[in-house]
Amino acid sequence: MKEIQDVVKNLTDKYGSKRESLLPILQGITEEQNYLSSEAMLEIARALDISAAEVYGTASFYSFLDTVPRGKYVIRVCRTIVCDMHGKKQIVKTLEDLLKIKVGETTHNGKFTLLETNCLGWCHKGPCILVNDDIYTEITPAMVNEIINKYRNK
Amino acid sequence: METKKIKRVDFIFSQDFKVSEVLFNTFKKTRDEILQEIIDSDLKGRGGAGFPTGLKWKAAKEDKITEKYIICNADEGEPGTFKDRAILEEASQKVFGGMAICAKVIGAKKGWIYLRGEYKFLIPHLRKEMAIFHDMLHNELGFDFTIDIFTGSGAYVCGEETALLQSMEGKRGEPRNKPPYPTNIGLYNKPTVVNNVETLVLSMMVVKIGAEEFKKLGIQDARGGKLFSVSGDTPKSGIHELEFGMLLSDFVEEFGDGDTKAVQVGGASGFCVPRKKFDTTTIGYKGKLKGTSLPTGGSMMLFNSSRSMYNVLHNYLEFFAEESCGQCTPCRVGTQQLLKGIEAIKKGEKSHEYLEALLSLSETMKLTSKCGLGQSVANSFSSIVENFREEMIY
Amino acid sequence: MSKKAMINITIDGVKLSMPEGSTILDAAKKENIRIPTLCYHEDLCVAGNCRICVVEVDGWHTLAPSCSTPLMEGMVIHTTTPKVRKARKDIIALLVSEHDTQCTTCYRSTNCEFQALAAEYNVDNAVYLSVLKPNIELDRSSWSVEKDESKCVRCQRCVRTCAELQKVNALAVTRKGRHMKISTFMDLPMNEVVCTNCGQCIIHCPTGALTERRYFDHIWDAIGNPEKHVIINTAPSVRVALGEVLGFPVGTRVTGKMVTALKKIGFHSVLDTDFAADLTIVEEGHELLQRLKRAIVDKEDVALPMITSCSPGWVKFIEHMYPEYLQHLSTCKSPQQMFGAMAKTYYAGKMGLDPKNIVSVAGMPCAAKKFEANRPEMKSSGFQDVDAGLTTREIAMMIKQAGINFLELDDSKFDSIMGASTGAGVIFGATGGVMEAALRTVYEVVTGKDVPFKNLNILPVRGLESIKEATIKIEGCKPEYSFLEGVELKVAIAHGLLNARIIMDQIVAGKSPYHFIEVMACPGGCIGGGGQPIPTNNEIRQKRINAIYAEDEGMPIRKSHENPEIKQIYKDFLKEPLGLKSHHLLHTKYTKRNRY
Repeated sequence: MKEIQDVVKNLTDKYGSKRESLLPILQGITEEQNYLSSEAMLEIARALDISAAEVYGTASFYSFLDTVPRGKYVIRVCRTIVCDMHGKKQIVKTLEDLLKIKVGETTHNGKFTLLETNCLGWCHKGPCILVNDDIYTEITPAMVNEIINKYRNK
Repeated sequence: METKKIKRVDFIFSQDFKVSEVLFNTFKKTRDEILQEIIDSDLKGRGGAGFPTGLKWKAAKEDKITEKYIICNADEGEPGTFKDRAILEEASQKVFGGMAICAKVIGAKKGWIYLRGEYKFLIPHLRKEMAIFHDMLHNELGFDFTIDIFTGSGAYVCGEETALLQSMEGKRGEPRNKPPYPTNIGLYNKPTVVNNVETLVLSMMVVKIGAEEFKKLGIQDARGGKLFSVSGDTPKSGIHELEFGMLLSDFVEEFGDGDTKAVQVGGASGFCVPRKKFDTTTIGYKGKLKGTSLPTGGSMMLFNSSRSMYNVLHNYLEFFAEESCGQCTPCRVGTQQLLKGIEAIKKGEKSHEYLEALLSLSETMKLTSKCGLGQSVANSFSSIVENFREEMIY
Repeated sequence: MSKKAMINITIDGVKLSMPEGSTILDAAKKENIRIPTLCYHEDLCVAGNCRICVVEVDGWHTLAPSCSTPLMEGMVIHTTTPKVRKARKDIIALLVSEHDTQCTTCYRSTNCEFQALAAEYNVDNAVYLSVLKPNIELDRSSWSVEKDESKCVRCQRCVRTCAELQKVNALAVTRKGRHMKISTFMDLPMNEVVCTNCGQCIIHCPTGALTERRYFDHIWDAIGNPEKHVIINTAPSVRVALGEVLGFPVGTRVTGKMVTALKKIGFHSVLDTDFAADLTIVEEGHELLQRLKRAIVDKEDVALPMITSCSPGWVKFIEHMYPEYLQHLSTCKSPQQMFGAMAKTYYAGKMGLDPKNIVSVAGMPCAAKKFEANRPEMKSSGFQDVDAGLTTREIAMMIKQAGINFLELDDSKFDSIMGASTGAGVIFGATGGVMEAALRTVYEVVTGKDVPFKNLNILPVRGLESIKEATIKIEGCKPEYSFLEGVELKVAIAHGLLNARIIMDQIVAGKSPYHFIEVMACPGGCIGGGGQPIPTNNEIRQKRINAIYAEDEGMPIRKSHENPEIKQIYKDFLKEPLGLKSHHLLHTKYTKRNRY
């Protein structure tokens, strides 16, 4: 893994080091390292010359900016009403059984994290899940296996 | 009561004109002429709040600060809404066109699309389309205006325009005190227009067909057509462009599954209409109409008799308790109280009379919350509790 | 200045004309209408978070928060309608439901803005279900600041204080929705973050969520222990503020009553920190002259400007934020620590006491003094030089606990030895005071004459202006200081860490024109310290400052170097300023810390 200084440097080169660059930088780190470590946030604080508490306060506001370790693939199951009506619970159950983790947890091999999230914007095709940035809609418990295998083998 | 029969409209996704031609013709007019057309059209914001678009543009145009911005609000997070995503997938050129028209009117050279993190997969497509647009705008029309994308990171409240601005400034997405409004003090303290995706496309339609033509559609106070995101217990899930002013009973007849007991109009922050009120409810902005008319960002969730309205409300309240920014008391604590309160009533830990206390609380939230999020929790809460009281208790 | 347009409004039936930009709250104040507030504080920018100050405006669909709503022409405002009362009551009840309402055991009970509001609105504790988070742990990691999240009303006054007044940002708002809370970087304990311990968050907190770590129980125990000799020295700012907590109007000097009360409590000796302040001036004044000599005569690369080091919040700030510039700090310990070192050496010797039996207490207007007392390097007497630092509030608490009727007390004088002081020592309490005291001494050491200001009052360095400067031309030098002849000594004073940062950034940029700078961590200086009575605002700060200068004017001796006990101590013990003993007991080193 690249040194965190280099990762942050690349991002400040790209987005600048003003306060308004904070979100793109946090997103960039999350993309590269799956989550925002203390070291990463401290390095961002240094690069932007703002307090680390502010970096943390901002990051912790956004549900896609994780400040606890996450797996390589973060699975977010939409929990909003229409997906819920169309079988979200069975999808979660299937995922939990398959990955042997509960919602909020990460597999031991660090490959998958299972989370619930608010409306993903596919209510007409629920239930749906987001795996990192990829969307899967109208999924069934049977499809879950297939989707997970795809990432397992990546 | 002024109503319209269900009528399908084809504005947003129609391919019968070239964006460049519309812009070319529009840019021949003066800024005031274009603005007047938008004002005359009575176009209202399609994000849900329904603020007159022309007045927003006018306020920004008249501000003396010269650097101004236009932001396309694509932070579509309202449960049950997915139309903006479809517009960006299928009609992005028109969105860019609408932004350019606004830029022309207010005098902006820079614009952004604030895209919710959940729609990140759209970025490659949007970048490609944007390059085509910029090429046309800069080289064919010689118009100095550039659009960029800013991605959100999972926060419903950032759909509120001042929270969106905070987020773009690298801060927590906490709504600001208003006034001042973004049209005077917006992004980086510059006059900024924040418009919904669909609104921008429609503003392009208005300048193309003219205000008079546009106003022929819809009813008083709710002109034009609207994209509806239809979901729930319906055989016709999806996006439908319909004329404003339809009766909910007509809508249900068209989209229901024959057993519809309630429609949630406008998402979690909207209103729940029970079957007995279908034929007295019109879809349109609140105005001088008699009877009930409901504004909407276009989310229509249908529930049939197999659904528990307690579960529906519980789901919404969990959503609000999570997605409140947390800064103001009525919203941060109020959402938790409503959620915990209905749970306690359901479990019998509190008597059903406690529902009255909660309804009264939701009224206080409406009166005192800092932004639309906290103010609108009462909409779904009171409309579900009042219409489905038994389901809350037993 | 262009005249602002006037806005005409009606508030509770009264027609009023207010300058453009005023808020509803401003208008209410003008009309003597008290609108209840919680997140609002005069020192801070408007947040509009708590929503308690809502009022009704004709034609508005929602209620308007009066703190953040600007007046608009023709507005008709009603501040106490049933609708308004109900909304306020609901909001207070919501905050109660989120709060640990164990007021009986809360340190801030009876001085809590939130408690007062809940009582005023007669809010029933059980209107709503409790949503207080379970298992909240009290953060007692810091020597200075105690943080109890269960008492937090999320008004963000602490966050704004830490950001706006101090620009430290150790505290931040974290998470959102029901999980939103005030926290630190990665929720680390307070002793592991960039907190300067200034305690400004404490005096801006409306509840018991942020308080000072309290040590008075230990002091009571020590007083009751026959083997211990317990002494206390009190800082100048304590005597001009203590009365506020004990029934006197703001700005009352209660020096004599305070000494009497502390003796009644059982302190074996009640001494004056001013004595140590005078000692600090003598040492620091000579350090400045030595630095100037090395720079001007010896052409050495010596760190100038020299900056004062009396304020432990400031010292920790520079250790965190400008660790590369620590050489600019005077090596002098603060008066508190000089006092401590002398107490367990000089005082012990004079009194024939074994220093291990001395319990040395400092009565301070400060939260950071508690941390300073516990710095590992502060053991030059061979013992912990200062055993405990108490805030003004804790001293008031002890006086109350002792059942003393403070209002009726007779005056007493400080004990000796180390109880004599001068006006110069007294003014340490106000921003600019250390500078003024130093100039009174330095000018006279160099020229043999009084500093050239009427009645020794160096007015340019006084007052609440954010950064003050003065230039003094040195004329008529004694032969040994001839290198300073004609030199224009440039000084600056900053109070509040926001201003300290401005001063430091000048130094970093190599553009600081000054020779000597005074920095105090707290706005207004020590009289506005984090250990002072709550509330504190600019009006109160100014009244305390006035009291400080009144005390100075009334002192027979007003120059540190003329303090008879100081003269004595150099003769008997220290020998000379900056001498070997001074170096060992009165000077210190600083620690580089992390900036983020």
